[in-house]
Amino acid sequence: MTLSRFIPVRETILAAAIGVLLAVVASRFAGFIAPSNLANVFNDTAPLIILALGQMVVILTRCIDLSVAANLALTGMAVAMINVAMPGLPIPIIIAIAISLGAVMGAINGVLVWKLSIPPIVVTLGTMTIFRGIIFLISDGKWVNSHEMSPAFTGVPRAEFLGLPVLSWVAIITVVIFGIMMARTQLGRSIFAVGGNPHAAVYTGIDVGKTQFLAFVISGALAGLTGYLWVARYAVAYVDIAGGFELEVVAACVIGGISIAGGIGSVGGAVLGAIFLGVVKNALPVVNISPFWQLAISGSAILIAVAFNAQSGRKKGRIILKDAEVRS
Amino acid sequence: MTDATTNRHVPDRLHSRAHRTLRSWETLLLAVAIAIFIVNSFASPYFLNAWNLSDATFNFTEKAMIAFAMALLIIAGEIDLSVASIIALASTAMGLAVQYGAGTPELVIIGLTVGVLCGAFNAFFVTVLGLPSIVVTIGTMSLFRGISFIILGDDAFRGYPSSFAWFGQGYIYWVFTVEMLLFVIIAVIYGGLLHKTNFGRAVYAIGNNPTGALFSGIRVQRVKFILFLLTGLMSGVAAICLTSRLGSTRPSIATGMELEVVTMVVLGGVNILGGSGSIPGVVIAAFVMGLVTFGLGLLNVPGIVMSIFIGLLLIGVIALPRLLAMIVARTQS
Repeated sequence: MTLSRFIPVRETILAAAIGVLLAVVASRFAGFIAPSNLANVFNDTAPLIILALGQMVVILTRCIDLSVAANLALTGMAVAMINVAMPGLPIPIIIAIAISLGAVMGAINGVLVWKLSIPPIVVTLGTMTIFRGIIFLISDGKWVNSHEMSPAFTGVPRAEFLGLPVLSWVAIITVVIFGIMMARTQLGRSIFAVGGNPHAAVYTGIDVGKTQFLAFVISGALAGLTGYLWVARYAVAYVDIAGGFELEVVAACVIGGISIAGGIGSVGGAVLGAIFLGVVKNALPVVNISPFWQLAISGSAILIAVAFNAQSGRKKGRIILKDAEVRS
Repeated sequence: MTDATTNRHVPDRLHSRAHRTLRSWETLLLAVAIAIFIVNSFASPYFLNAWNLSDATFNFTEKAMIAFAMALLIIAGEIDLSVASIIALASTAMGLAVQYGAGTPELVIIGLTVGVLCGAFNAFFVTVLGLPSIVVTIGTMSLFRGISFIILGDDAFRGYPSSFAWFGQGYIYWVFTVEMLLFVIIAVIYGGLLHKTNFGRAVYAIGNNPTGALFSGIRVQRVKFILFLLTGLMSGVAAICLTSRLGSTRPSIATGMELEVVTMVVLGGVNILGGSGSIPGVVIAAFVMGLVTFGLGLLNVPGIVMSIFIGLLLIGVIALPRLLAMIVARTQS
């Protein structure tokens, strides 16, 4: 129709905002925008990017997953304990266990939403506390420390490949897979359809509940994968790891322009939203602001972004068949 | 989000059954409360002691105060996930005032004012800007607690005046605490407001059909605005009680309490999608949760394991009636 349809406006604004942020920080401390430091910032943001993509899929189907951080922590603790019990177990098997365990937890959320039609916010608030409680039960409240983990277990996320750590590569590969999945596969298109208009989705033969279920499984599987990467990278597992991280993940999505009402959003938006928060987090100590500001900043960012999204979303509403609307 | 997928049955029979379960919900809950009471008194010799039971009420009185206001909000189809963070901010403000020599009356005024202002902040985003309350209050949940962290860092405020301890540690008569009295007064006020006034009828109407409510002359946004103010106010009251009881303020105060408040409301038979529920139900739910946590505590179950029970309770309470309805529908067809 018009040119504005072909330029992703929100992503451009967000990218510009990140650019301004980098410029402001660079004016105080030029080293911040050195390529090696930017790579560090990206690596530090990688878990958030991976989880934001999973959360994006869930939000697009008009749901929300507040259990991702607890899922991450439980999976992380489980694989850490498996590693301690069986140090010889190859890492690919550990990763497979992490992904499956996360997917199972996502499936629990999904089944409750799909089969029993319980509101997702209630389901995931509940499973969030249940998963955290289970970590305490299986670990007895104890920590798993780095010296108990095998060197192979902790080495993987930090191993470098083509100049970047594996953790960063996992994030990049996830972004690519999601880009293809959302644009080119039936599942990706059904996810948009279910969130955009569930009634219409039913008439085109899409099972709304099943799509929501699959979205939760995807989100859970990514949380599981991140659980291993997180525990291995920081080389420690305990009950409270990634506490409150689910809010940061939702914040990344909302800032990235993913509409909480479902159906609107993009992979690029989610990634930029996560990077925005990652840059803020890493820039605070550089410009001498206490890290205690982090929580309030992400809260304000959520509010500003959601208010901004609603304003720009309203303009887009258009009436087809204006005459019929007037006559009726 | 579910309307497209739910099967359309013949409404008559199913509705009457659902209605019957709804009508007996409070009775069922009361039976559960009595059963837990009896089980507890056999499970631990320390349970049936007036002072222990009096201590046990602290498990739920503060949460229940917020739950009453939250019940109205959820019946009207909105939710406030920021209540625990409002407690943190109100408590921090009171702690800050103490450093400047504020006395007990000023502290109470500050606690209530911060609560109401936080409620107004939420209400502005939801009713004036028309944003979904889940996202807004997830945002303010980070923002309010974030401000506490900015002010306090990893420090704590202490040195509250000794007269301030009355709210959370005082006794009216024998084993009856000040908080119990507040709990009863607030329950009666909210019960009256929801079940006996036009305002209460408007709350139900909005929850069932906001558009219909608007067309029947109800100022939908104004009612919602007031409900957010009330939830903020109750969080302020709870902040006063909790701060007075603990005698100190840390920014992590009341973390996760929003979950317990929502669980209490849902356990009390309030429909999470809005439109139905009652204050007596929430009162009994408060006792059930208080008795469960107290009983588990006497059996030396750690707090984080109790939260598993709370989570299961939250999901189970909503899932069970739906499972039963599904089984009923299957056997009838």
